Amino acid sequence: MLILECPYCGVKAEETELAAGGEAHLKRFGPGSSDEEFHDYLFMRENPKGVHFERWRHANGCGKWFHAARCTMTLEVFGTYSAQTTEPPKEIQDKISEKRPNWTWRDVK
Amino acid sequence: MKRYSAFAVAREALRYHTGWERAWRSPEPKRRYDVIIVGAGGHGLATAYFLGKNFGITNVAVLEKGWLGGGNTGRNTTIIRSNYLQDPSAAIYEKARSLYETMSQDLNYNVMFSPRGVIMLAQTEHEVRGYKRTAHANALQGVQTEWIEPARVKELVPIINLEGPRYPVLGGLWQERGGTARHDAVAWGYARACSAMGMDIIQKCEVTGVRSENGRVVGVDTTKGAIDCDKLGMVVAGNCSHLSEMAGFRLPVESVALQALVSEPIKPCMDVVVMANTVHGYMSQSDKGEMVIGGGTDGFNNYTQRGSFHHIEETVRALNETFPMVSRLKMLRQWGGIVDVTGDRSPLISKTPVDNIFVNAGWGTGGFKAIPGSGWAMAELMATGHSPLAEEFSMMRFKEGKFIDESVAAGVAH
Amino acid sequence: MSTRLAKNGRLIDRSKQIEFTFNGKRMKGYAGDTLASALLANDQMMVGRSFKYHRPRGLVAAGPEEPNALVGLGTGDRFEPNQRATTTELFSGLSAQSQNHWPSLDFDVLAINNKLGRFLTAGFYYKMFIHPRPLWKHVYEPIIRQSAGLGKAPDKELKDADTYEHFYFFADVLVIGGGVAGLQAAKVAAQSGAKVLLLEQHNYWGGRAPVDGGTIEGMEPGAWVEKTLEELRGMDNVTLRDRCMGAGVYDHGYALGYERLTDHAPGQGGPRHRLWRIRASQIVTATGAIERPLSFAGNDIPGVMLAASMRDYAVNWGVTPGQKVVVATNNDDAYRTAIAMHGAGVEVVRVLDTRDSGGGSLMEEVRALGIRVECGRAIAKVKGSKRVTGVAICAQNGEGGAQEEVEADAVAMSGGWSPVVHLWSHCGGKLIWDEAHANFRPDPERPPLGADGNGFVIAAGAANGAAGLADALHDAQTAGEAAANAAGFTPKVGDAPAAEAPEENAMEAVWLMPAKADIKLRMKTWLDYQNDVKVSDVQLAAREGFESVEHTKRYTTLGMATDQGKLSNINGLAILADSLGSEIPQVGTTTFRPPYHPISMGAIGGEARGEIFQPLRKTPMYDWHDSNGADWEPVGQWRRPFAYVRSGESLHDAVNREVKNTRDNLGLLDASTLGKLVVKGPDAGKFLDMMYTNMMSTLKPGKCRYGLMCSENGFLIDDGVVARIDEDTWLCHTTTGGAERIHGHMEEWLQTEWWDWKVYVANVTEQLAQVAVVGPNARKVLEKLNEKAGGGMDLSKEALPFMEWRDGEIGGFKARAYRISFSGELSYEIAVAASDGLAFWTALMEAGQEFGVMPYGTECLHILRAEKGFIMIGDETDGTVIPQDLGLNWALSKKKEDFLGKRAHSRSHMADPDRWQLVGLETVDGSVLPDGAYAVGNGVNANGQKNTIGRVTSTYYSSNLGRGIAMGLVKHGPSRMGEVIEFPGTDGKIYKAKIVDQVFYDKEGEKQNV
Repeated sequence: MLILECPYCGVKAEETELAAGGEAHLKRFGPGSSDEEFHDYLFMRENPKGVHFERWRHANGCGKWFHAARCTMTLEVFGTYSAQTTEPPKEIQDKISEKRPNWTWRDVK
Repeated sequence: MKRYSAFAVAREALRYHTGWERAWRSPEPKRRYDVIIVGAGGHGLATAYFLGKNFGITNVAVLEKGWLGGGNTGRNTTIIRSNYLQDPSAAIYEKARSLYETMSQDLNYNVMFSPRGVIMLAQTEHEVRGYKRTAHANALQGVQTEWIEPARVKELVPIINLEGPRYPVLGGLWQERGGTARHDAVAWGYARACSAMGMDIIQKCEVTGVRSENGRVVGVDTTKGAIDCDKLGMVVAGNCSHLSEMAGFRLPVESVALQALVSEPIKPCMDVVVMANTVHGYMSQSDKGEMVIGGGTDGFNNYTQRGSFHHIEETVRALNETFPMVSRLKMLRQWGGIVDVTGDRSPLISKTPVDNIFVNAGWGTGGFKAIPGSGWAMAELMATGHSPLAEEFSMMRFKEGKFIDESVAAGVAH
Repeated sequence: MSTRLAKNGRLIDRSKQIEFTFNGKRMKGYAGDTLASALLANDQMMVGRSFKYHRPRGLVAAGPEEPNALVGLGTGDRFEPNQRATTTELFSGLSAQSQNHWPSLDFDVLAINNKLGRFLTAGFYYKMFIHPRPLWKHVYEPIIRQSAGLGKAPDKELKDADTYEHFYFFADVLVIGGGVAGLQAAKVAAQSGAKVLLLEQHNYWGGRAPVDGGTIEGMEPGAWVEKTLEELRGMDNVTLRDRCMGAGVYDHGYALGYERLTDHAPGQGGPRHRLWRIRASQIVTATGAIERPLSFAGNDIPGVMLAASMRDYAVNWGVTPGQKVVVATNNDDAYRTAIAMHGAGVEVVRVLDTRDSGGGSLMEEVRALGIRVECGRAIAKVKGSKRVTGVAICAQNGEGGAQEEVEADAVAMSGGWSPVVHLWSHCGGKLIWDEAHANFRPDPERPPLGADGNGFVIAAGAANGAAGLADALHDAQTAGEAAANAAGFTPKVGDAPAAEAPEENAMEAVWLMPAKADIKLRMKTWLDYQNDVKVSDVQLAAREGFESVEHTKRYTTLGMATDQGKLSNINGLAILADSLGSEIPQVGTTTFRPPYHPISMGAIGGEARGEIFQPLRKTPMYDWHDSNGADWEPVGQWRRPFAYVRSGESLHDAVNREVKNTRDNLGLLDASTLGKLVVKGPDAGKFLDMMYTNMMSTLKPGKCRYGLMCSENGFLIDDGVVARIDEDTWLCHTTTGGAERIHGHMEEWLQTEWWDWKVYVANVTEQLAQVAVVGPNARKVLEKLNEKAGGGMDLSKEALPFMEWRDGEIGGFKARAYRISFSGELSYEIAVAASDGLAFWTALMEAGQEFGVMPYGTECLHILRAEKGFIMIGDETDGTVIPQDLGLNWALSKKKEDFLGKRAHSRSHMADPDRWQLVGLETVDGSVLPDGAYAVGNGVNANGQKNTIGRVTSTYYSSNLGRGIAMGLVKHGPSRMGEVIEFPGTDGKIYKAKIVDQVFYDKEGEKQNV
C-alpha cells in the first residue's frame, strides 16, 4: 500500500488514488524508426531489482501524471517529480546515490 | 526409486515408516552437464522431466537458489483449465491439462488432479458473446467446453447468487474436465521422477553468472562453483529479467505482484472452480476445505512478494456479492507472488539471442495450469530446436506484431 | 472434572447469570465469561475433533492462539463456522455447535482414522490413491473432502444479515496491544504530542500482567493498568479501542485494525465488524508472547493445557479444567500456575521441572506451599482418551521409561514463550534467534522499511523478547520514545515505571519430552493439535528430503491450521533442525502473512454490497426508462436499457418492434452515456491529428467527422464522431465505455509526451444529456417542438446538412444538434444540459406521439448499425483488430507523417495480406449465425487444431429484412464475395453462409440523407 506525494497538488496520495503507468522516460519512436527501435520502445521495459523510475497518475486526485523513483525490492521511495522531463532530476539522482551508491538505471548512473 | 502404493504405505506403517527413502537426492553439482535448467519450479522440473522421458537426455542439472517448488508453483491458486481463445494458448494449455489427467500415474505420485470442472461466469452481454466465441473456438481446437445457461450454473454451484442486483449471472463457459491439483505435489512428483532418472536437483544454488563464448553458452557460475553445460534453460519466474541480464540480453517482461488468499476450512460446499471476471474474483475449495481465492495483479513493478490490500478488498467484495455465504467466512491467510508479464500477457518459450540458451517465462497469472505442457514444449525446443507447441510463443512475435492476446474484452461496447 | 471455582474470576460478574446452549444442551455462565470459560464451568472439557484423526480435542489455550475450540456459532443468516470459543464473549442466547464429527461430538465414526493413524502418517496421500485413476475423483477425494474441512458451510441461500464498515484513521504512532507494554509505550508517545491510536484485541486491558502479579510503581498491575488507562483517556491526542485487533501491517505504514463491534451483543444494531484502514508514521507492536506446548506423548488429550492459560482461566474467570493438576515446565513461569491453582483450591499433584537445578524463588514459594516439585523430571505419557486420567513420570534425559504414575485430570505445560512477531514480520521485518530464551525475536537492526527507507515498526515488551515485568516496561518506555522521535516529536525522556517481580532462573530449551523418547512415544506426541501433526511426522519429512522448513510445513501441514502455527511452529522447526543435524536459526521460520488472526470476509468487503456494490452511473433519463419497461444491461458502471418491454411482450419481441418502428417511424435513444470530450487550445488540431488515424485539423467549424483511434501498438481502441466547434475547439465523442479511458489516454500523451503543446481536455460527458432522434419522422418531431415553442433552430436539410452540427434552441431548450447517424436513418443527435435531459426527453415523447415515437434500447441500436454494416468497438474489434482489417483504410490518413499506431501498422504481421478482413455474412437458409462462430478451412494445424479462416463478429435477426444478418472477419474475405463458407456451431449443426457486402440495408445510403 504505497504512498506517493503528488508533486503537482502536494497531496500524499494513497495508492488507491493512483494509477500505475509503467516505466518513465520512454523515448517515443514513430514512423521512420527501425523495427528494433520500435520494438524496444514498446516492449523492452526496464525491470530492475532495485532503483526504478516510473510513471504514475494521480487518477483519483488532480489527474496529473508524475514520476516516482522507487526501489522495487524494498518499495522505498526516493522522490517524486514532474512528468515533464526526459531524465530524473539531479536532486533525485543525488538522493539515490546517497542511499544506493552503486545504482544504475539504463545508462543513468 | 521405490514405488509408492497403498501396499508400500501399509508395509512401512508396520515398521514405523523408517524405511522410506529420500524423495529426491541432494547431490553436489558435477563439473558439467549436457543441460542445465535454472529454476526448480514446476516449469523447470517439468522441462527436465520431459528432456529425460521424451528425449533420453538425463545428464541434466536443475539449479534452484531457494527450495524446489518455492516460487509461484507453491503459491498459486491451483486452477487447471484450457478454455483459451487463441489457438496457440489452447494448444499448450490443453496439452498440459491432458498431461495432468495422468500425471499421478506417470509420476507414481498422487498430485491430486481433481477434474471437478471450471466455470467462467458471464455477467455482461459482452462477456456472453466473448464466451460463446470461446466455446466455438474450443470446439475446433479439441478443447471440450460448453456454454451453459444460468439454471445449469446454479445446479453446479449451489452457493452462487444468480440475481446479484448489479451483475446478474447470464450464463457461463463450462469446462467439465478442468479442475485443480495439489500444487506442491506437482513439483515434488517431478523432482522425485527427475532424481530417479539420475538428474541432479541442486537446491540453495544460486546462479551468479552466465558464461558464453562466441555467442554460445558454455556454462554458469553459481554459489556452488562454476558448472559447464551445452544448453541452458532459464525457467525462473520473477527473476528472468535478472538472469537474462547476466547472459547479456533483455526480455520483454515486467515483474509484478499477484495476490491470493484462503478462508478457514469448511465442509464441502462448492465442487467446481468459479471465475467471475467482470467483478474480478475467482474461487475454488481445496480438499482441506479452504476457499481458495484470487484476483488480479497489482499494477507496479515489485519484487517483494507482498501486495496491496485494496486488491484483496476488491476481490473479496466480488465474492461476497457472487457467493453471499462467503461474507460469513474468515480470511485465514493472504500472500503474494511475483509474476512476469509480457506485452501481450502470453508467455515466452523461446530461443534467445545467445545460442543454446532457451527461455521459458512470462506466464503472468496463468502458469500453474500450463506446467506439464510448458515442460513438454520447452524440452522439445531445447532437444530438437523446434516445437510446434512453442512456435508462436517465440519472443520474436513482438517484433512482428503477432501477438497472442487472450483479453478479447479489450474493446467495450457502445 | 472442570468446574467453576468458589472464588476468583476478576473478569466475571457472578450476579449476572447468562444462559446459552452447546450442541443443544442448555448451560449457564456469567457476564464476562468467554464461551471457553463457560464451557469449562459446565464440565464441557471436550470441545471438538481434530482435522485428520478426529481425535477428541479440549481447550488448550485461553486466547486467539487456541487451535481446538472452534465452534459453529449462531443460526440461520447469522451462522458462522470456526469461531474460537476463547475469543467469543458469552451472551444470552448464544448457541454453539462443535465441529468435525458425525454423528456426535462424543461418538464420531471417523474417529476410526485415529486407529489408522499409523498408516495415515504425514503425506500418506501423496503415496496412495494413485490407481485406478477414476477412483481419485469419484471415491477417494470426496471422502477426504468430507472428513476434512472443520465447520459446516453457512446456508447457501441466505445472505449475511449483518453489515460491515470501513473506517480510516491516520496516526503518528499506532500501538498494537493494550498490555502494560502497550499502555506504557502509548503513554510515552502521547506525552510527546504525537497522535496515538492504541488497539487491544480483548475486551479488557492489561494483557497478562494482572494475572501474573508483581508490582508496578508499588501498585498491583491491575491497578496500574486502570490508572494508566485513565491518563490516556484524558488525553485528546489518544484514541483507545478495545475489541480491536491489529490484523496486518503493510507497506508504507499501512495497518489493518479489526474491530468486533457486536459479536458480543448480536442484533444490537449497527455494523458487526469495522475494518480500520490505518496509516501510521510509526507502529509499535506490543503484542506480547505466546506460551509453547511441551512435546510429550498424549499432550493432545483434553485436560492438557498451556500453563499460563490454565492460570488465566482460574484467575480471570474462576474456572478450572480439573481438580488434580500436574504441572510440567522448563521455565519458572509455570510455577505461577501452581501457585494460582493451589490458591484456588485445586490440588497440584506435582510440578515436573525438566531442569536438573530447577527454578528460582517461585519454585521455593511453591515448595513452601507443600507442593511436590521434581527436577530433571518429565512426562513420559499422559493417560486418558477423552480426558486426562493420569500422568506417567520419567526422567527428562531418558527414553521414557516411566518411574511413577500419578492420578491427575489436568496437565499444565509450559515449554517457554515465543514473542508474537507476526505484525513485525508481515512487511519484511527480520528475526534473530535468542538462544537464552529459545525463541525468535525481532531483529532491531532489520525492521520493516517504510517509504523513506527507514524502519517503521518497533517491537515492545514481551513481543520484543523482553522477559519479566521490569524489562517489558523498560523496553516499552524506549519503544515509545523511539516511535515518537521517528514520527517527528520530542518525547520527554524519562525512566520506565519501576516494577518488581520475582527473579527467575534461566529456562532450558526442551523440544522433546523425554529427550530420547522412542518412536512409539513420538508417534503420540503432537505438534499441531488441529491438523494432527506429530513429532514423528516432521522426522519422517526430514528423512524423505523435505529439508526446507517450507517443505516440511507443506508436506506435513504443520502450522497450516487455523492458528497458523502459533503454538506449533517453533516446536516443529526445532524437531526439524534436530533431524537435519542443523541449528534452529539455520532452518529458519516459515513466512508470517496477514492477518494475525482470521478476519471476516464481511469486514474486508465493507459497505460495498448489493445495490452499492459498485457505483451506479445514471443518465438524467434513468428513472423514466426504469418506469417504462427498461430491461437493464450493465455497460461499465452505467446501466442502459437493452430494450423497453411492454406487457405481454417478450424481450425478443420488444427488440424487433423497436427496430421496425425506428426504421418506419421514429425512435428515441438515450445516448447520454457516450463520452464527450472537449479538446481545446492552439495545438488542439495538431494533437487530434496524432490521436486519430484520420485528419482532424482540417475539419471545418460546424462540421463533423467520424474518427478512429488506435493504440501505439496499432490496434483499434475507440471510434466516434468528432465535431469542430470553433478555431481551437473540438468535441470528440467516444464509446460509452471509452469516456474515462480515452480521456486518460489523451491526458497521458499530453502530459508525458507532448507536454509543450497547448491543449486542454475536459470530460463533459455528465454535463450533457444526449438524445438520438432517429427515423423518417425525426425532423418532423423536432420541428413540431419548435413550433410549439414558437420558434427554434432551422433543422432543414439545407440549414443543417448531414455530418454538420448547429447550436440553437429546440422546443425552448438550449441545444446542440448533430446531423449524424449510426442507423442509416434520418437522425439528429441532440445534446442539452444534463439538467434539461429528462424534460427534453419527455417533450420529445409527447410531441412524437403522432409520429409513432418509441424509445429504443441498446440491442435495437446494435441491429440498426449492423443492418448498415457499421462496426462496433468491442464487437468487430477485440483488441487484436486494426483498421485495415475492417476496410477502414480510408480513415488512415496518408497525408500525415505520424499518428498513434502508424508505425505499428508497418510491422510484418500487420501488413500481412492473409489477415482476416471484414465482410457481410448471410446464411443460405436465412437463419441467424451463432454468436462467435468460426469458419473452418481445410485440415488441421501443427497442433492438431482445425484450421480456421474466419469468424462471426456480429450476428442478429433483422426484422426489417426478415432474416439473419451478420458481419465477420474472413481470410481474403473481400475478394471472395459470393462464396459460401461453413461455420460449425456448438449445437452440432454446420451453418453455411455466403460472403456478401456488409451493408444489408439501404445500400445507397439514401435514407439518412433526406
